[in-house]
Amino acid sequence: MRNMFSQTLFECASENPDIYIVVADISPAGPMMDFQTNHPDRFINVGVAEQTMIGMCAGLALKGCQPFAYTIATFTLYRPFEMVRDDLGYQNLPVTIVGMGAGVIYSTLGGTHHTMEDVAVASAIPNMRVLAPCDPAELVEATRYCAYQKEGPVYLRIGKAGEPTFTDTAVDKFEFGKIRYIQKGTDVCILAYGTIMAKAMEVAKELEAKGKSVSVVSAHTIKPLDRPGIEAALNGHDQVIVVEDHVPEGGLSSRVKQIAWDVQAKCKLHTFTLKDEFIHNYGSQDDLLAAHGISVPLILEQVA
Amino acid sequence: MTATEQNAFDVAAAKDRCKRHRKRILDMTQYVTALHVGGAFSSTEIVDCIYYNLMRPGPNGNPVGDDAPDTFLMSKGHGYMIQVMLLVDLGILTEEHLRGYCTPHGILGVHPDYGNPGIEASTGSLGHGMGMALGMAYAEKTRGTNGTIYTVMSDGEVQEGSTWEATLMASSLGVSNLVAFIDNNNMQSATFTTDTHPSFYPVVEKYQAFGWEAVEVDGHDSEAIFNAVQNRSGDKPLLVNCKTTKGKGVSYMESVPMWHYRSPDPEEYKQAIREIDEAN
Repeated sequence: MRNMFSQTLFECASENPDIYIVVADISPAGPMMDFQTNHPDRFINVGVAEQTMIGMCAGLALKGCQPFAYTIATFTLYRPFEMVRDDLGYQNLPVTIVGMGAGVIYSTLGGTHHTMEDVAVASAIPNMRVLAPCDPAELVEATRYCAYQKEGPVYLRIGKAGEPTFTDTAVDKFEFGKIRYIQKGTDVCILAYGTIMAKAMEVAKELEAKGKSVSVVSAHTIKPLDRPGIEAALNGHDQVIVVEDHVPEGGLSSRVKQIAWDVQAKCKLHTFTLKDEFIHNYGSQDDLLAAHGISVPLILEQVA
Repeated sequence: MTATEQNAFDVAAAKDRCKRHRKRILDMTQYVTALHVGGAFSSTEIVDCIYYNLMRPGPNGNPVGDDAPDTFLMSKGHGYMIQVMLLVDLGILTEEHLRGYCTPHGILGVHPDYGNPGIEASTGSLGHGMGMALGMAYAEKTRGTNGTIYTVMSDGEVQEGSTWEATLMASSLGVSNLVAFIDNNNMQSATFTTDTHPSFYPVVEKYQAFGWEAVEVDGHDSEAIFNAVQNRSGDKPLLVNCKTTKGKGVSYMESVPMWHYRSPDPEEYKQAIREIDEAN
């Protein structure tokens, strides 16, 4: 995803001279190198200085630029939180914060590099929107949206490398603020966002093998959440499953439960999140997710 | 600016204006309690000089507004009251705005709010101004608009790590159109900066070591502030360390911690006005 992001942003920057990217110690490789080579003034590496990354983006935006802040997800929000809140949120500036490798993608680097609370943290800030595309194709759409919107700050949660594509044949087109059906069924609806969509797709396949008709939805815009869309999903299926690589507090699961109560939904509702615990074990991303109850067999055990 | 014009700096006019600003702030203390008088008085000459002598006027003759070339960002947001008085002087804010200060029918609060007339950034939490000023200066430089960004920090604010991050980056990026002032009044809220952070000194050498041009002036000498900027070499960001006195101009306020925030009672108010009127 990071290469697709860089490629798309480079293309947008060639069209739009207002686009700047401020990175914190991300070395330009691949398409990001093209950005730096072709637009050297608009590629700024502030080094290991995340507060300056955000503050500088605010200053650029205050002068009419369309800045992107870009580094490993955990460092985009937590270290410079007050700059994100005051400089971007309070002033409502059109800056995109790109959190790369969110969730537990950096699985062997330990808890300091896991980004498990980012959706909650970003969503809690007034004016902040949160976008988490589920595959490289959706990321292109999301990046293009961010490159031209002037409404305010966006936290763009992305993966890292090697993610497959799911949305080539999606039922719906990408539209900011709307949930997107990748496939539409009648019995079960699986809601997910970001790279964990891979698990959702596998679960869907297994349920279909058992004869279920399954919807899979990319809830790429987590804030503002498409409330009517979620209500329709809850009311239109017998069973709704939410899967996210995020702590239980303040993510999609808690929002969907809230809406389910509000509309007195009749469906069964299962949510799968990371636990409210730091992760002290190592291994692959899948190993870590499984340790917190997120794997295809563990999900099927609960829902089938 | 030519040497002749520089020599023509109108010291008397600056003094008159600064007396007026201080008296108007004192007037406000008589109907509002939420004011940082001490910090506003230490910044008075600096902010007045920026607006009146340093920022270039736009096409309509005003240094503030969309078409004006330069920008002022009040990083020490608690010094806002002096910025408000300058904006009133320049016709950007009105007496009506002042009457609404900190009330439900007004738009002005204790700290600068982006979106209000003449306010370029929201501050109030310290350590945000340098990063934003750097972004602004970098935008001006790379987009060829070449405006100068002026910012005023408090000396306490320079304890924030974010200030040093951005300071290092400003010189690394060669942002020469950035001019920062430290209102160095040796006080922070309730204590003396020389006590809490003796290692902060010497200030000028620190900034020079960080790749800045840096000079020190008497922060209550308007002409010295002006000359410090006029005489800069111009190829690096500039830091002007302004030695100031918190509560400057009112004997019982000067360097007394409680005047960080307190408003004078009616008797104290009269004495303050008298002292300012009678000062040279």
